[in-house]
Amino acid sequence: MALLKVTDLSVNYGVIQAVKKVNFEVNTGEIVTLIGANGAGKTTILKTISGLLRPSGGTITYEDQEIQKYKSQKIVAAGISQVPEGRHIFPGLTVVENLQMGAFLRKDRDGIKTDFDMVFDRFPVLKERRNQDAATLSGGEQQMLAMGRALMAKPKLILLDEPSMGLAPIFINEIFDIIRVIQQQGTTVLLIEQNAAKALAIADRGYVLQTGNILMSGTGKELLANNDVQKAYLGG
Amino acid sequence: MQTVLQQLVNGLSLGSIYALLALGYTMVYGIIKLINFAHGDIYMLGAFWGYYVIHQWHFSFWPALLSAMVFCALAGVIIEYLAYRPLRNSPRIAALITAIGVSFLLENGMSYLFSSNVRSFPQVMDVKSYNLFGIKVSNIQVLILVVSIVLMILLQLIIRRTKMGKAMRAVSVDPDAAQLIGINIDRTISFTFALGSALAGAAGVMIGLYYNSIDPLMGMTPGIKAFVAAVLGGIGLIPGAALGGFVIGILETATQALGFSAFKDAVVYVVLIIILLVRPAGILGKNIKEKV
Ligand SMILES: Nc1ncnc2c1ncn2[C@@H]1O[C@H](COP(=O)(O)OP(=O)(O)OP(=O)(O)O)[C@@H](O)[C@H]1O
Ligand SMILES: [Mg+2]
Repeated sequence: MALLKVTDLSVNYGVIQAVKKVNFEVNTGEIVTLIGANGAGKTTILKTISGLLRPSGGTITYEDQEIQKYKSQKIVAAGISQVPEGRHIFPGLTVVENLQMGAFLRKDRDGIKTDFDMVFDRFPVLKERRNQDAATLSGGEQQMLAMGRALMAKPKLILLDEPSMGLAPIFINEIFDIIRVIQQQGTTVLLIEQNAAKALAIADRGYVLQTGNILMSGTGKELLANNDVQKAYLGG
Repeated sequence: MQTVLQQLVNGLSLGSIYALLALGYTMVYGIIKLINFAHGDIYMLGAFWGYYVIHQWHFSFWPALLSAMVFCALAGVIIEYLAYRPLRNSPRIAALITAIGVSFLLENGMSYLFSSNVRSFPQVMDVKSYNLFGIKVSNIQVLILVVSIVLMILLQLIIRRTKMGKAMRAVSVDPDAAQLIGINIDRTISFTFALGSALAGAAGVMIGLYYNSIDPLMGMTPGIKAFVAAVLGGIGLIPGAALGGFVIGILETATQALGFSAFKDAVVYVVLIIILLVRPAGILGKNIKEKV
């Protein structure tokens, strides 16, 4: 069953149409990836799902409700959390405070405590640095903090915008491992990546986006094996 | 020595008024990067509210102070909603010019409604002067200082401890990230205006009591001085605004004590020019380093 269904979605910046009648869906329990070059419209799509941008056309359906007019806080409350491109952790707040902010809308103290343990369990480095100013973390650690913060909202669907961007290879592998674990523990994942090889390798399904249009879709394996995809995105 | 201490006492009570006002400037700037030029006029509204409830309804000091805070909080929220919110995504200069417009509207509107005459503020309490080791301290001065400090502590607690306070901090450092964790930006901005305006309302009532006179243009000069105080401390920084307020207050009284009364306002502008030249981030401000 489709948890998220995007239908004929168009998004404009002024007169520029960045996303043009895009259609895709994410089923409960899947990892779905959207791959595409710089400027393809990936971030724009995620921002629109999260309610930071308003579409100029089309619908976004989540759990059978149209959410494209919802305010961002209502979307978070409904169970969609985003880890934005560039991480956007809160500098000046400690690691723990950043994670607490992730649970901003929650009132179940016990549940929050459990999830704190779960996040620290999954990202031991965050536990070590729990009282450190988040701005002093390395890029990879900040990425983990941003993911941890999103998980603190206990989302049903997590949107990841280029989580591997700018990271050293060893961190990249760790991040992709964690994405798998997140899925296994029951959170559905919509993953945006330029690292198409890695993203398609863990994804159940993928879509290829080019200048605001969906060009192709298929299972992760199919797209990995596809000649055009290989030429354009896998350097081969 | 005695004169120095005497001026310090005078400077502290005046400075705490500037500090209360500067906090409003700095909070609003911190959250929507707007220099709210109408902020000094909110303080004037607070003073007029105090005048009316004491005069007409025979409120005593505390109810007058508290009701002025509530009244000004509402006024601040309404002004933000009507004047600034529609311009949220416009160029910053548009909001800035609107703020100047709101300021004129409040000043001239009040002059029209209540005449531009200076009126004497009803004295709700007897002024008592104490003489401590040759320094004259009035009960009003002590009251202003104590009330201001209590309000600043309360503000700090609200910002550090409450959910709304945390939302304010989050929105001021990163509005997009704040939205992505479910913070309601509109409500957070309204709350910020309410807090800042309430402090201005308290300052207005207290200054009425201290100087014993109010008029519709009374907010202009203190407004500018408080703005300089906020810049001096580091705009956007709460402790900076408090510190800057006290520094400006003491500087002003010191200038007067040295016999340069005519220059007491000019000194503040000189301070502004000096900070902008040598330390634009303010006393407590850090030069911002971006982490990539
Ligand atoms: N705020 C904006 N104003 C105007 N145009 C924008 C804005 N943000 C993005 N665009 C344009 O919209 C298009 C899509 O941008 P978007 O950020 O969604 O791409 P992306 O696929 O996420 O790219 P990247 O891989 O570089 O992050 C680009 O042409 C971009 O220049
Ligand atoms: Mg992007």
